[in-house]
Order: sequence, then structure tokens, then C-alpha cells
Amino acid sequence: MTTTTPAATPVVGPVRLTWLHLRFQFLETVRIPMAVLGNMLFPALAMFFFVVPQREVAENPAWATMAVAGLSFFAVCSASLFTYGLGVAEDRQLPFDPFVRSLPAGPGPRMVARIVNGAVFALFGLVPLVLVAWLFTSASVTGSQLLAGTGMILLGSVPFVLLGMAVGYSLTAKAALPVVQVILFPLAFAGGLFLPPMMFPPWLDAISQATPTRAGRDLLVQALTGEPAYGLAWPVLLGWTVLFAALAVGAYRRDEGRRFR
Amino acid sequence: MSAEPTAETLSRPPTTSGEAVAVHGVTRRFGDVVALDDVSLDVGPGEIVGLLGPNGAGKSTLLSLVSGQRRPDTGTVRLFGGDPRDARSRTRLGVTPQETGLPPTLRVGEVADFVGGHFPDPVPTPELLEQFGLTDLARKQTGALSGGQKRRLAIALSLVGRPRVVLLDEPTTGLDVSARQALWDAIRQYHAGGGTVLLTSHYLEEVQALARRVVVIDRGAVRADDSLDAVLRRVALRRVVLTAPADLSTWAGVVRSRPVDGAPPERQELFTPDADVLVRDLVVSDVEFRDLEIRGASLEEAFAEMVAPESTPESTPESSPSIEGAVR
Repeated sequence: MTTTTPAATPVVGPVRLTWLHLRFQFLETVRIPMAVLGNMLFPALAMFFFVVPQREVAENPAWATMAVAGLSFFAVCSASLFTYGLGVAEDRQLPFDPFVRSLPAGPGPRMVARIVNGAVFALFGLVPLVLVAWLFTSASVTGSQLLAGTGMILLGSVPFVLLGMAVGYSLTAKAALPVVQVILFPLAFAGGLFLPPMMFPPWLDAISQATPTRAGRDLLVQALTGEPAYGLAWPVLLGWTVLFAALAVGAYRRDEGRRFR
Repeated sequence: MSAEPTAETLSRPPTTSGEAVAVHGVTRRFGDVVALDDVSLDVGPGEIVGLLGPNGAGKSTLLSLVSGQRRPDTGTVRLFGGDPRDARSRTRLGVTPQETGLPPTLRVGEVADFVGGHFPDPVPTPELLEQFGLTDLARKQTGALSGGQKRRLAIALSLVGRPRVVLLDEPTTGLDVSARQALWDAIRQYHAGGGTVLLTSHYLEEVQALARRVVVIDRGAVRADDSLDAVLRRVALRRVVLTAPADLSTWAGVVRSRPVDGAPPERQELFTPDADVLVRDLVVSDVEFRDLEIRGASLEEAFAEMVAPESTPESTPESSPSIEGAVR
């Protein structure tokens, strides 16, 4: 696990460091059970109250699956933005943060561990949602579609994780909360996560196709149902990912902690 | 002091790059505030150096530059010849987290595992906890520890990676005497094993108990860098308060004086290196005085003496600027 450096200093390898940070962050997250529970219950409850009662949606396999896709993607976007936007901003205010930065590890292992930890809990959050959909609606997927959907939802969450980090490293926790909300809800609506985009007027549909939420949602629907996404979905998703990555890295570099005395 | 500097230097030859910590011409601003103004400081391997200064003097900023958390605006900072912002340079560095900064939901053993996991050859957690008397607390969440226990853990964490330099920021502030002694012993033991220590404190007592060399920092600049004894002679002033009709501010041995707040003008506060001599002189010279009080001057009071008068307008922590100005 050690590499040779010009100074011949043994260091702990990046994989082991990432695993270390992941274990540590996972423990920290589970120790606050309310946060985990809230994250798991919200999407399932939304499914139960907004989709299950509408029988024409719930009993149509394609529509029900699409609704599950929209809510799942919303749950993952929301978890990403809140975990990273708010979580990072809160962490930065803790005096433990500068200490961790003084340990012999670059920002890489910590950031990767954050992303993986977020993904793990986002997937946990989807379990009850998928259960509700499976029990109470006609939504159906094959095993391989489910696998493709899971992979796609993780890929689709990357730009939101990065955007959350950019917010978290730029703002205080108090400012991050409203900013995250202001970003999340319009994006979720415009991206067709609440109402299917077929119901949008053409002008809104055009705007919608430029959003990362719509691109992610359509690609997820494609993975789950086979209905093809619009042609620009991948470029749009990638473009936003690159932009948000640049913002996140810039914000991390600018952030040198808040206290100096 | 249990450590013998000569023995240490022999047992641990200096690295090729010489200094363990080398700070050269460093300036760091935060907006309009100049936290450090052209500071230079070299710490050799095996040294134990106290950074002494009032709160807000720039001590912690200096430590944060040495630990790679911040970049200087100008100047260079080196840790064993490497840039401390490079993670590799920090494998031989130990830092204490602030007492309030431990993740409250994690257990003592988990935090030690986590921090130790960053180093190639950490002290095994059970051994570390044993050494600091924390074994019984290993499964306790850090949020439930007492202040003294948190301090002990903080210092244990700075040593878990078998560092060659440790930075201790106010290591025992707010602890009772026995807890403080135990931690001082641990720091001395580390130093006796060849470790380099750079510690900050705004308590003279703590620096006195540990350091051989003292660097006085105030308002972002190094005011003195000398042996402990030499600095003590400069800052270990006695404060003599008495009521006398004559103005004693120019009396021999009085380095500084000021009227006492809220008292009649005859009530005077005098600072002197040797209160015995001063009082004897006053008695012998038949100076009329009464209500004599003598105690050691606080570090802040002593610093008011060391700070160069041509620097910024007065703002001594314990007195109002107007009175300070008037006396000077």
C-alpha cells in the first residue's frame, strides 16, 4: 500500500485512505438515525400518496414505471444536494474539519468517500420506494433493467453531488439550506420529475431538455423501460457534470476554512 | 524537564534539509487584517519551542500554515524541506484537533482508528489509549467525554502517527492541575524520544513548564526569539499597586505604570522586574505609601511592555486605550 516518493516517505495508498474515510463517514451518518430514516421514508411516502391513488397511472405499467423513475431521481437529486450542500457546509464549520485537512491525505479520498457514502444512502432511500411501487402499482422491470436503472441513477446523481459540493464549499450552512431548496425544486419540476414532460407545453419542454434533471430522468426512463431518451440527453448531462465539477473544485480551493485565530 | 537536548541531538541526526520547520518571510492577510507580518522561524529537529502570545496574536495562523491548512500570501513554509500543503510532507507531522472539534457521535476508539489510519506506521489504538489512560473510554462517544478527557484524546491523536514534529495549539488550556501535569509528562516523554514540539499558549506557565526556547508573537510579528530564561526575564514582571501622593512612574526599576481604573489618582499600578528591590527602595527612601499589593503580571500586561510603541495605536486587552495613551 505504500508508494515511493522523491523524499522516500512511505504514505498510505489512496484506495486504503478512501476506504478509511468511507467507513468513518458511514458511521457518522448512521449514528443519526433520524436523518437516515427521513431519507428512506420521504420518496416512499410521496409514491404512496401521489402515485398509488391515481389508478390510471398506477395501473399502467409504463406510466407507473415512469413515475417511479421520476420520484427516484428526485430522491437521489435531493439527497445529493442536501447531503453535500448542507453536509459539507456544516462540516466546514466544525473545528474537526481543519484537523482532518492537516492529516497526510489530499482532498481526493475524502471527496470520493463522500460521493460513495452519499450513493450508498441514496440507494438505501430507494428501497422502500421500490417496495411500495412493486406492491401497489403495476410498475415492472426485468432484473437487467433494474440493474441498468440503478447504474444510471448513480451516474445521473454525479452532477448533483458536484453541485452540492460547490454550494457546500462556497456558503455557510445557513445560506446553503435556502440555496439548495431554490436550486432543487425548480430543477425537479422543469426536469419532469413531478409531472411527466409529455404534459409540458413546447416552450417548457425545450427548456426542460436543457436541464440536468430532465436529461437524467429520461436516461433513467430509457434504462428502466427501453423508451429512448431525446438525442441530446447524454451531452446535456455531461456538460452540466463538467461545469459543476469545475465549480466544486474551484470552491474547494477557495475555501481555506473560516476561522484563523 | 526530563529531556536532555544533547542526548536527543545525538540519537537523532538532523535530516538532510536541516530544519524540521522552516518559515521564511511569511505574510498572511485575512481581508484587511494582517494576521502574520513577515514572520520567520526555524525549528531544528528535537527542539521544543513555545509560541507565546495573547489571543489573536497570530499563533494559530502560523500553526495552520505549518500544517498545510493555509497558504502564505508571501514567503515560504517548509516541513522537513517539503511543502506542507503536499500530503506526503505531513506523514511526519502530528497536530491536535481543537477540544471542541471531535466528531461527537464517534467513539474514542473509532476516532483513534480513523486518524491512525492516515499514517504508514501508526501506534496501535489499544496501545495509544492505554498510554493516555483512555482504555476504559474506548467505546464512549467523544461527545460524552469531559473536557480533560477530550484534551487527552486530542494529544493522543497528535501522536498516533509516530510523528517527528507535533504542533500543539493551547494543549492544556482550561484543565485542572493534575490533568495538566499528566499531559505535560506525555509531551515531555515524546520530546525525550527525539520528537520536535512547537506549542502555542497564552499561559506563561505552560510555556515555562515545557519549552526550552520561546518565541513571542504579538500582532502578527515575532517580538522575541530567545531561550526560556531570557524571555522570562523580559516578560516576568511583577505588578505593584500602591497609593502614594508622589508620582512613581519614573522611579528606578519601574518599566511601566498606569493609574488604577476607578480609583483616586494617587492609586498607582507599577510594573517592575523585581518587586522586592522596588519596595525596599521605596521604604529606604522614605517614600510615603500605603495599601501595598504585589502579584505577578499577566502575560498581557507583560506584553504591553514588549510591544514596540511605534506600532499601531494601543489596544492592550486589560486597559482602555485612552488611559494607556495618557500614561505613555
